[in-house]
Order: sequence, then C-alpha cells, then structure tokens
Amino acid sequence: MMTNPGNRLTQGQFSFLPDLTDTQITAQIKYALSRGMAISVEYTDDPHPRNTYWEMFGMPMFDLRDPAGILMEINNCRKSFPNHYIRVMAFDSTQGWETPRMSFIVNRPKKEPGFGLVRQEVEGRRIQYTIHSYATDKPESDRY
Amino acid sequence: MNTTEKPSAGSDTLSDNALVDLAAEFKNSRIQEVLDKLDRELIGLVPVKTRIREIAALLLVDRLRKQFALTSETPTLHMSFTGNPGTGKTTVALRMAEILHRLGYVREGHLIAVTRDDLVGQYIGHTAPKTKEVIKKAMGGVLFVDEAYYLYKPENERDYGQESIEILLQIMENNRDDLVVILAGYKDKMDRFFSSNPGMRSRIAHHVDFPDYSPSELMAIAKLMLGGQNYRFSPDGEQAFAEYIPLRMKLGNFANARSIRNALDRARLRQANRLFASKTQHLTKVDLMTLEAEDIMVSRVFQDNGPETKTSDTK
Repeated sequence: MMTNPGNRLTQGQFSFLPDLTDTQITAQIKYALSRGMAISVEYTDDPHPRNTYWEMFGMPMFDLRDPAGILMEINNCRKSFPNHYIRVMAFDSTQGWETPRMSFIVNRPKKEPGFGLVRQEVEGRRIQYTIHSYATDKPESDRY
Repeated sequence: MNTTEKPSAGSDTLSDNALVDLAAEFKNSRIQEVLDKLDRELIGLVPVKTRIREIAALLLVDRLRKQFALTSETPTLHMSFTGNPGTGKTTVALRMAEILHRLGYVREGHLIAVTRDDLVGQYIGHTAPKTKEVIKKAMGGVLFVDEAYYLYKPENERDYGQESIEILLQIMENNRDDLVVILAGYKDKMDRFFSSNPGMRSRIAHHVDFPDYSPSELMAIAKLMLGGQNYRFSPDGEQAFAEYIPLRMKLGNFANARSIRNALDRARLRQANRLFASKTQHLTKVDLMTLEAEDIMVSRVFQDNGPETKTSDTK
C-alpha cells in the first residue's frame, strides 16, 4: 500500500502541503521575526526523523527586521545544495520556551526515495523494527 | 476621484485618461508631517531639505505612475552625506529612514548605523560574513555607514576594507529594493574615498553636502536643544551666548551643533553649581530652568581671548 505518494518527507510545519512559494516563506519568516525569534537555515542529505541536528548554513541570524536577508541566505543555500533538504528554523529565546518553535522545509531533492522498514528477528523470534532511509545506502554527496 | 483611494501597489491599472489626485496622494502618504518635523527640528540645512523634498516628490510621482502601469526602474536612493562634524548627518539619516518608510520605499524604516569596525574583520575570511550580517540586519531599512572613508585604506593594500566595499557594492546593485545605503563622512576625505572607488561613486545617486551653520542658526539650535531639556536662557544669558558663539567658532576643532551641545552641557553644570553655592533656601521653578549670563561668561573661550578681541568681535 502506498501511503505517501512521491515519498515526500514529512517533517516540521507545512510538510503535508505543496512546497511553499517564496512569498509564503517570506510571510512565515515575517511572523517569526515579529515574535523576535532568531532564524537559521540548515541543510542535510540524511532525512532520517531521528537526525535532529542538520548542518548549519552560516550562523543563525539574530536581530533582523526584514525577511529579505533570510530569503537571500535560503537562496544561497539552494544554490550550494540544490538537491538537499533545506529547512528554516526559528528559535524562540523567551523564557519558558528557549527552543525552536518553527521549523519548515524550503527545499527538497527532486527525487525522494523514501524510507523502508527493516525487520530484525532477535532472540525468542521477537521482531525489532528500524526505519531506514534508502538514500543513505549511497555515500554522502551521491545520495540525491 | 475615488482612484486615489486605491493602494498604490494595486495591480489593476487605470485607463489612459483617468485622473489621479497628486494632492490626495500626498496627503495619504502623510509625508508632510515628516517634512514639517524636519523643518521644525532641523535648523538651516537648506540644500539638504531641498534634496529630501525632491526625493519625496520623485517617489510620490512614481507611485502615481504605477497606477497607470508606467513602470520605471526603482530609483536608486543610495546617498552620501558629506559635511563637517556636527552638521546633522546622522540626524538627517534617521529622518531619511522615516521618510522612505512613509513613502513605502523601504519596508521597515529602521536605521542601522555602523562604522568600519562593524563591517571589516580582523583576519582573512572574517570580513565577508561580518559585512553580510550587518547588511542582513539593515535590510528593509537604511544602512548608515559613518565615516565611510575609513573603509578604504590605500596605504595598506592588504587591508580587508576593500573586501567590505566590494560586498557593499554588490548588495547596493542587486538588492536595491531591500535596503538604502547612506555613506557619511567629512567632505575632503569622502572625495578622496570616491575618487579611489569610482564604482561606489557611480552607484550613489544623491551626493548631499551639509553646509556649516551660521551663528544665528547655531543660536536657534541652542534654543531648540535647551527647550528639549526644559531649560531656557535669561535675556542676559542669551546675549552672552550670542557673544560666545562667534568666539567659539574661531577656535580650533569647532564641531558645529555638537560644540553647542557641549557648551550648553557645561553651562548647565555651572548653573547647578551657582544655585548650589548661592545657598538660597527657596528656589522657584524659573530659577531651576534659567541659564544666566554668568553661567556662560565664565567659559574658557572668553578668558583665552583678550578683551580687545571680545569687543571687536561682538561690536
């Protein structure tokens, strides 16, 4: 049964929707900036859900007023890594939160092979399950 | 005449013979408030005010043209402010950000004021990220580079300032919609800066020169400053300060309005000291507000110059 046609990665906000346009991304960033969040751009080619820490593309951006600068960084990142996953994260430093409060994907590889389920039979015929990304079978930089 | 009610960014265009109301558009932009404030709070500076008026008019007309789908390229609004110290370059830059925001030319209307230290790094590879970070912060507003001539140091060819200039140039060209760059500095040094960076000169559309203030303008500035701090001159005090100004102007390192502010600060100190020394039990509100002639006459300026210069100067 094909539950996720196209094997689109569904992580973070808006991931079940069609890809965000630049205007929509700008609007989201604008919201984050209005809440005083620090925004960073990150990329990876290992989309496993437990891969929490993606590579940072430059420093997180503090004290910005306008989304144009962040969009510029996103486009730089897209240019450097056209076939990687790129996400935008907004970190809220207000006391009590101190955590990323927004995270959404702004770039995906053209072809997403998706994940497979690996069943491992262990003692007592118990089954252990592993989620395995097909992309990571290949070495880094050849994945997409 | 309901055409003017439409937001200027509206996509629907007007027919060729439709009428637009310049006056109404002017009123809607509330630009007059800013210009009035400029007139009220900035004494003198006629060429500067004229230029600001021109820019405001251009942007306003551009907005009307857009309603007829007469697109023209976004005008470059990068500026250079040259003038002696204390002629109000930073103050005008701040006001500029507000005006451009009112006209919808910049989105946020904030001003990021930086100097060489904020743009240029200390080692190889440090400059580009540093400059870009500042530029990103300034986006949607105005980037004010004070003493911009320090960016270029011809005597050291490995100076990182050049790298910073190149990044600035690139951003000034490509992100014209996102930010306005204002370079400021002293006239002669800025001229040298521009002659060695022709790319910079050609990308800056508006070269605004800030003239020095005349003594009467400085007096008006002094009164404005005192008013803002709830002080005022007594008639004698005003006379004394009017004598003080031309004497101070003759001394070296005279920094226009800044020197006036410092002189006033010192006068306030002396006033406080005088009140303290007088041991009067009861002071009125007026006593606390008034700067007397003696608060000003004790200034070093009067003592250094002989009495003959003083009399010849004040007539």
